[in-house]
Amino acid sequence: MDSAQHMQLIYVILAAALATFFTRIGGYVMITRLKRIPPRMEVALSAVPAAVLSTLVAPAFLSGGWDGALAMLVALVVGLRFSSLWMLFAGWLVVMAVRHTVM
Amino acid sequence: MTKDDFWQGVRGGFPVMLSASPFGALFGALAVDNGFSVYDAMLMSATVYAGASQMVGIELFGNNIQPWLIVLSIFAVNFRHILYSASIARHIRHFSGLQKFFGFFLLVDPQYAETEKRAERGEPISFAWYLGFAMIIYLPWQMMTLLGAIFGQMIGDPRAIGLDVLLPIYFMGLVLGFRRRDNWLPVVAVSSVVSVAAMHVVGSPWHVSIGAIAGILLAACLPLPAGARPSVNVEQEA
Repeated sequence: MDSAQHMQLIYVILAAALATFFTRIGGYVMITRLKRIPPRMEVALSAVPAAVLSTLVAPAFLSGGWDGALAMLVALVVGLRFSSLWMLFAGWLVVMAVRHTVM
Repeated sequence: MTKDDFWQGVRGGFPVMLSASPFGALFGALAVDNGFSVYDAMLMSATVYAGASQMVGIELFGNNIQPWLIVLSIFAVNFRHILYSASIARHIRHFSGLQKFFGFFLLVDPQYAETEKRAERGEPISFAWYLGFAMIIYLPWQMMTLLGAIFGQMIGDPRAIGLDVLLPIYFMGLVLGFRRRDNWLPVVAVSSVVSVAAMHVVGSPWHVSIGAIAGILLAACLPLPAGARPSVNVEQEA
């Protein structure tokens, strides 16, 4: 990578940082222009975390291979009763067991 | 009091730090593998501070994609933060301007999820707590990026040590944490199905925003729950 390319990379990183900061403050800037939150918007905002995080989980479940999917299913069952660290541990255990024995 | 809040935040963020650390190291290693210097990787972790989008960024850079498209992709992956900052405004209206600036800069997924959960339990969102929770994630993220970049070759194949399943399982745990909210199951079902469909039709990373907006629209259109709270004032000084 020559120095012109390297400068370009620095600019890309800084532009990405600025774009990311806009996403982190943008919703706040928009919503503070409203004086009140209507009830429908309130329920919509309550749905945000589950909605967004589901889009990070579902595609991974389908495209991560059957070993990854099995690990996620086991972690899901564990997660109904235990904390997320136990979920991570259980899922990791399953995927390691499968990859180093069956596959 | 303030000091207690700070350390309570640090303790609360500790498990998040543990689960995020492998990804920080993985990012550092993959960044160097894609032509970044150790300093470039650290600059990105320090200024962008959004793991999934950082991974997307180095992947695209390594494939010589045009700069504007790299920035746009990172913006798209992080677009969900717009929803977070809108949703979190109710809980941090007492922060000063500078505190809001740092608060939003540090607004990563677990920071948002924990702040919402804490507010739901009726506990105050003090800046000291918020900062404590953020710092125990932010500072190790920088350190793990550095370590990962330096010892990149030692990680080898992330699949062989099962690193690839940790991120989706972590996100799944966050989803489960919200299962007592109204409309949880329909929202999760719709967002999941739409995101998968969008990934095939429109492609990554837009499936994240499209799937999320589908679930949120559904929640807005479903009948209001019986005990719906009355509308509240958001921002007195705005």
